[in-house]
Amino acid sequence: MSYLTRRLSTFPLVMLGVSVLVFVAIRMVPGDAITAMLGTEAGLLTPAQREALANYFGIDQPIAVQYWHWLLGVFRGDLGISVTYGKPVLGVILERFPLTLQLALMSMCVALLVGLPAGVFAATRNERMSDLGVRIFAMIGQSTPNFVVGLLIIYTLSAGFGILPTMGEFTPLLAHPLRNLGQMILPALTLGFAFAASVTRISRSAMLDVLSDDYVRTARSKGVPKRSVIWRHALPNALIPVVTLSGVEFGYLLGGAVLVEQIYALPGLGRLVLDAILQRDYALVQGCVLFIAFNFMVVNLIVDLVYVALDPRIRLGEGG
Amino acid sequence: MGRHFSMRLIAGLAIAATLGVASPASSATLRMAWSQDATGLDPHKQTAFSSIRLLELIYEPLVRLDKDLKIVPAIASSWEFSDGGKQLTFKLNPNAKFQDGKPVTPADVKASFERVLDEKTAAAARANFRSIASIETPDQTTVVFKLSQPDVPLLTAMASINAAIVPASEIAAGSVGTKALGSGPFKLEKWDPNSKEVLSANKDWAGGRVGVDGIDISVLPDETAILASLRTKQIDFALLNDPLVATLVPKETNLTLNRTPVLAYHVLQLNASRKPMNELGVRQAISCAIDRQDVLDTASVGEGKVTGPLTMPGYTSDASQLFCYKRDVEKAKKLMADAGYPDGFSATVIAANGEPATAASEAQVIQSQLAEIGVKLDIKMMELNVYVDAWLKGDFDMAVALNGGRADPYSMYNRYWTKAGNLQKVANYIDDTLDGQMQKGREETDPAKRKAIFADFEKHLVEMSPWVWLYTSYSYTAQQKNVQGFIPTPEGSLFGLSKVTVQQ
Repeated sequence: MSYLTRRLSTFPLVMLGVSVLVFVAIRMVPGDAITAMLGTEAGLLTPAQREALANYFGIDQPIAVQYWHWLLGVFRGDLGISVTYGKPVLGVILERFPLTLQLALMSMCVALLVGLPAGVFAATRNERMSDLGVRIFAMIGQSTPNFVVGLLIIYTLSAGFGILPTMGEFTPLLAHPLRNLGQMILPALTLGFAFAASVTRISRSAMLDVLSDDYVRTARSKGVPKRSVIWRHALPNALIPVVTLSGVEFGYLLGGAVLVEQIYALPGLGRLVLDAILQRDYALVQGCVLFIAFNFMVVNLIVDLVYVALDPRIRLGEGG
Repeated sequence: MGRHFSMRLIAGLAIAATLGVASPASSATLRMAWSQDATGLDPHKQTAFSSIRLLELIYEPLVRLDKDLKIVPAIASSWEFSDGGKQLTFKLNPNAKFQDGKPVTPADVKASFERVLDEKTAAAARANFRSIASIETPDQTTVVFKLSQPDVPLLTAMASINAAIVPASEIAAGSVGTKALGSGPFKLEKWDPNSKEVLSANKDWAGGRVGVDGIDISVLPDETAILASLRTKQIDFALLNDPLVATLVPKETNLTLNRTPVLAYHVLQLNASRKPMNELGVRQAISCAIDRQDVLDTASVGEGKVTGPLTMPGYTSDASQLFCYKRDVEKAKKLMADAGYPDGFSATVIAANGEPATAASEAQVIQSQLAEIGVKLDIKMMELNVYVDAWLKGDFDMAVALNGGRADPYSMYNRYWTKAGNLQKVANYIDDTLDGQMQKGREETDPAKRKAIFADFEKHLVEMSPWVWLYTSYSYTAQQKNVQGFIPTPEGSLFGLSKVTVQQ
């Protein structure tokens, strides 16, 4: 059995585990769909009213029975109906996903375009002032929460320059590319800022390791130009940790970037999950978490495949 | 130089176009933002403020409360109590129409109230209408409610959107809540939950001409972003909850802030069924040890007013005259010692994260004030839903809460301070005096006598100190200077948007 098939065959098992966890966890938290809808007014309900509502929300059965019904639906490709949206869960998720994917891709571009050159640059100027400058900047980037960066950007643009991207009504990329990019660029920069800082730090230290390797010294002593040594000989070998980091970060971003989506009012997956949890929209929470887990596994698989492409010495799935 | 300048100009315009920078309003559609969206469209079942504010624009009850909380016509043009307060008769406005053009009939009124009263509907507001014994529709404009007992506050309860009149045909079709068909000033054209609403003006509204063509509502979860959008003129009108953001609005020259005292009250609830809060002396000591003005100043930057239990205009009293509303730590210590707790005690206070925005700060100020009489408070912050669950079960020593107010004292407090109150388990304290005063207030029709009854009720309630009432805050809306005619109400209603105009 090939590595790929073996990896793919573990997917259903992991998904099953995730589904049980999220199903039970969201129901273990005190409060239910009824208190989420009515707040303290739920205390005014008579037992018969409460029963009618529990039946409406589908929470009047034992958890195991609820889970079984839900699981049967999943096998039929039906993730249930979101009570908030009154629509099938999968449809709601797929409406939100393009934005999340676009945001993740754009922030990864920002991170790699800024972080990689900065890291390489710092490594080649190890312990000089310019290296220190890059490291300080990276430190600031990594330690500033992204909502602070977001709020600062919004405040500076609106109070200082009187401009701000349109918020509230989101324009999909295909509907109006220019307007879409206008709405996405600031969130992507906000997210990309911290992401770039991590990429800078990790690519700097990986480059430092590689630059002290024998083969690099050999190449240099043979008179290969410095630029070529760095970009052609050293960098590809320094990329593995960068790919690992980017893969994990990208996987996280596909789960939505709650704070940035909140600040810029973007209807992405992060806000969808948050609102679903707060409103105890069980079917939607379950569907979202499953979807996110699936994406995460796919990204991880892709990262592993990229390793092989980067370093042919790595043989996936063969002993050790 | 000239070329550089024009290049820069073009670049600047390109950036502005890319970012989608909005130009000033070009149509009479009101662009609005709020941070919390409605959670559903069924006017009988939704109780969250965020839902009610939307539904009030679409649906109408029989009567409505104006800015002074006086009852004014909505679907009904007149009404009267008869038969010793046991019969309530409404005459409907013959021009009232649903948004599909069909007239609002007595049959729709009857069907709507029967829906609320039907336990299968699960309308929380049913508790306010239990005195309705039967509903009669003698002719095409008259509805008669026969009551099982005199119930003066019923009329005020009917002014709620939870008593909205929906078409009998929609009830029969089971589509109330999935389709929004009311008789109010606006029609719901589109709703994308937690993202946006599009409303259009109802040209046939019986209440007169609507001042704008429609309202586009954006959900911007972060109120700082709402302020930024106001600043850059992307929106004309906004609802704000956080006093810290609202107080920044007056600093902007093109913006106006509407600040309206509301009926909801911030309170420290003591659980009188638990030791040592079961001791009157301990509860009174806590009340005496709390500096309400200091809580208000520190937690809410002074945005509000210290209050007793009655927060509605017409019933409010001079708070400074209530028991221990002037902080007296010495008296508090003596009360603690007399009750057998000279060294104080430890307790837990629960509060909800961000609900209200000031909850955590209130808990902290109270913690430091009570430390002076030896009460060691442990603050437990909870997600709103988890908090509500604990609150409803009465599972707390003390709770910091923001409880909703009503225009009528009976409707506001019968759930807590009557023996049959639905939330007795939350209030955890009742005595014959409170119960008796509430029953008297329910039946008394003379306004002056009612006021006196509830003044006694308030005085006794504060002295028994089951809870420590702190302050009422404001509701805030912010608008551009060219938006005119908005009238806010103490209920925080946005119904006033029906008469708003946007100057071009």
